[in-house]
Amino acid sequence: MNITVRIWRQHDQAAAGRMVSYKVDGISPDMSFLEMLDVLNDQLTAAGDDPVAFDHDCREGICGMCSLVINGIAHGPEALTTTCQLYMRHFDDGDTIDIEPWRSESFPILRDLIVDRSAMDRIIQAGGYISAPTGSAPDAAATLVPKKNADRAFDAAVCIGCGACIAACPNGSGMLFTGAKANHLGVLPQGQPERHERALAMVNQHDAEGFGGCTQIGECTAVCPVGIPLDVISFLNADVLSALPRKTD
Amino acid sequence: MEPLFTVGEPIQDVKAPAGPLQDQWEARRFGAKLINPANRRKLSVIIVGTGLAGSSAAATLGEAGYHVKSFCYQDSPRRAHSIAAQGGINAAKNYRNDGDSIRRLFYDTVKGGDYRSRESNVYRLAEVSSAIIDQCVAQGVPFARDYGGLLDTRSFGGVQVSRTFYARGQTGQQLLLGAYQALERQVSAGTVEVHTRHEMLELIVIDGKARGVVVRDLVDGTLETHMADAVVLASGGYGNVYHLSTNAMGCNTSATWRAHRKGALFANPCFTQIHPTCIPVSGEHQSKLTLMSESLRNDGRIWVPVKAGDTRAPGDIPKEERDYYLERQYPAFGNLVPRDVASRAAKNQCDAGRGVGPGGRGVYLDLADAIVRLGRDAIEEKYGNLLDMYQKITDEDPYRVPMRIYPAVHYTMGGLWVDYDLESSIPGLFVIGEANYSDHGANRLGASALMQGLADGYFILPNTINDYLAKNPADAADSSHPEAVKALETVHERLNRFLSINGNRTVDSFHKELGALVWEYCGMERNAEGLEHAVGLIRALKDEFWTNVKVTGTNEELNQTLERAGRVADFFELAELMCIDALHRAESCGSHFRTESQTDDGEALRNDDAFAYVAAWEFTGEGSPPRLRKENLEYHNVELAQRSYK
Repeated sequence: MNITVRIWRQHDQAAAGRMVSYKVDGISPDMSFLEMLDVLNDQLTAAGDDPVAFDHDCREGICGMCSLVINGIAHGPEALTTTCQLYMRHFDDGDTIDIEPWRSESFPILRDLIVDRSAMDRIIQAGGYISAPTGSAPDAAATLVPKKNADRAFDAAVCIGCGACIAACPNGSGMLFTGAKANHLGVLPQGQPERHERALAMVNQHDAEGFGGCTQIGECTAVCPVGIPLDVISFLNADVLSALPRKTD
Repeated sequence: MEPLFTVGEPIQDVKAPAGPLQDQWEARRFGAKLINPANRRKLSVIIVGTGLAGSSAAATLGEAGYHVKSFCYQDSPRRAHSIAAQGGINAAKNYRNDGDSIRRLFYDTVKGGDYRSRESNVYRLAEVSSAIIDQCVAQGVPFARDYGGLLDTRSFGGVQVSRTFYARGQTGQQLLLGAYQALERQVSAGTVEVHTRHEMLELIVIDGKARGVVVRDLVDGTLETHMADAVVLASGGYGNVYHLSTNAMGCNTSATWRAHRKGALFANPCFTQIHPTCIPVSGEHQSKLTLMSESLRNDGRIWVPVKAGDTRAPGDIPKEERDYYLERQYPAFGNLVPRDVASRAAKNQCDAGRGVGPGGRGVYLDLADAIVRLGRDAIEEKYGNLLDMYQKITDEDPYRVPMRIYPAVHYTMGGLWVDYDLESSIPGLFVIGEANYSDHGANRLGASALMQGLADGYFILPNTINDYLAKNPADAADSSHPEAVKALETVHERLNRFLSINGNRTVDSFHKELGALVWEYCGMERNAEGLEHAVGLIRALKDEFWTNVKVTGTNEELNQTLERAGRVADFFELAELMCIDALHRAESCGSHFRTESQTDDGEALRNDDAFAYVAAWEFTGEGSPPRLRKENLEYHNVELAQRSYK
């Protein structure tokens, strides 16, 4: 396959960026999308140009490091797929493919396709955990967890923290990410004591980071590579409501 | 010709207390000096790496009150490669009442490691395994449960009990998120500072003690010096020396190799695990290999066509013309033989022309019988995400067509030598998780890496590092100390050297060539002639690298090529040591199969009289042969036997 890619190039956070076109020839349909970029980078290096900087690590869809907007869609055209698990067989010979970084004001661009996602770590720091000091845990079998709760917690816990939900949201909202953590911990018996305060603390941090509000558009769950369901946001909102002081209190 | 190595004084662990195995850990914890909480605040610990070992250690030491500085090259601690572990974590809970116990987990691990690990360390690992599961459940790790709400378990290779706890096919992810959340909780509490996108490039040793690190800020290239009272390396394994492996692209040996050059002994570098069930290589362009969890061997049956060169579609080959070779050769363990045995068996089938798929480098892993027995839904529930991943990569539906698998480099049992306290041969430098060599001998059993990483980080290091810190009150040393300044300058010079070569070959082309070499001569099978040849080839390629590599850009910017150049340069030196280690160990054991040393039926033949020791290598200078320091292994609780899984 011979293709053309148009890629966002930006030297550093302060520099201006622009789309630049490159031709890449001899691509095999069995290559992953990132392996196609490897080929381009070899080509650029040989010509003495700076290769395209992009984040990637495990290349098996679990670390959450890869982060490309491909033809306008976070992680590209295939549903339930990270960029690193996207294969060139889903494109056609002669295609022109647009590649941009995650787009969100709260994700400043560091170089080319690499953005700073540390705001997501700070949301977890604000409360995305269970306070379980090391060494003081009761026996694992002491508390039964109904299978449906364990399964629901797992479905939310598989979030890979890539940030595609935020890149896709017209409001730049991080509620799917935040809701997934609130839901994972909030349906388990171990997570009950801090449940409502956890949700409130994470949402406050989410807002402080400049992420937008959720208006239930659903772009987030449409691009989510692991299929986090939209209703984790309802779960989060219900917990936040419970945490707020009421008139009767 | 100069000898490839010299032999120095033997070494031994002096920290494990005397006495019966089951009393040693308690005795050590009691014997270790404590530090009162008010004084812990004044002590600082650097931890490099944020995988299971690094995150759990940082969270635990932070919670204990030490001032912890944590470093990772990724953009978040949650992305460390422990996240990709699929199948599960072992623990001697005996919830199944199937005869499991601490002693059995200990025995299985020593036997699985082919009797090349230290009894005291392995026993302790088995001892703390149960507490890991308790800890993780308390943190909210959503392990699989049965309908009664109790924890579910499954079996893994090399054992006959069901002691592996799991969270579908994402156990590593869930355990790492538990540790990551505990870590972030400490960040919020102010005890841990996390430096993401920072890579350690040098260790600072002052008066013989580890006192700090030089790191590069990967965003703008700034070189920083960080000082502390102790340094912990939790930087993972070195499987990427082979270029193609199941490791993440960024996994590297630089932290451990830099420490080795500063005096830390490197133990058993040739013990590298080739995992039997990975998706086969599809072409030249391949950048990494993907594992399919060993847990699939619970329900999948491995087979090849009986006839060599049979190109019929798998569905067209009748049962009687299939060879379920593991079930035939190893009736007791069947498809669940240990990894080294399963890998070599697959290679032998392919070498005999019975391999399937492109290039004949593959065997079938077939779920058809299990789907009939348990139903598609049950299989999807257990392995859904793995099978989806397989389909994405190969464009084949594993529910209908048998999967094709082939062995690939996965884990490295070798690593920096540590004593019972997990302290290296440099005082104040501790090494945990895959970065050390301690528990798995010559072969690691499935679901034991997660166990070891979390055991080291949550329970072992936090009970041993206090002894060092209490006995070694450190003088205040800041980054202006001559040793710190010198380390910084060394790093600067090295980076400038990469940038000034301006040759004609990319870093990746060197990495690929090196990897192919190491795979060919120091992979699943090794022999003396090949290994000697490999040392020469590696040296020549290394010379070419230092005169002909092309690194574009500058240091003062985000420069991924420069990052890779440093990692590959260290892989060259490690690769040479791996081959020397493999050459000197003229026996087969576990993952290390020397063609000169095999039984009549082609199994690994150990030589306990000559090689029942850990080979710990001392760096003696650039271009100077490494020095072998032996730690003799004594077995008082397990009888050394030829491993049999028949």
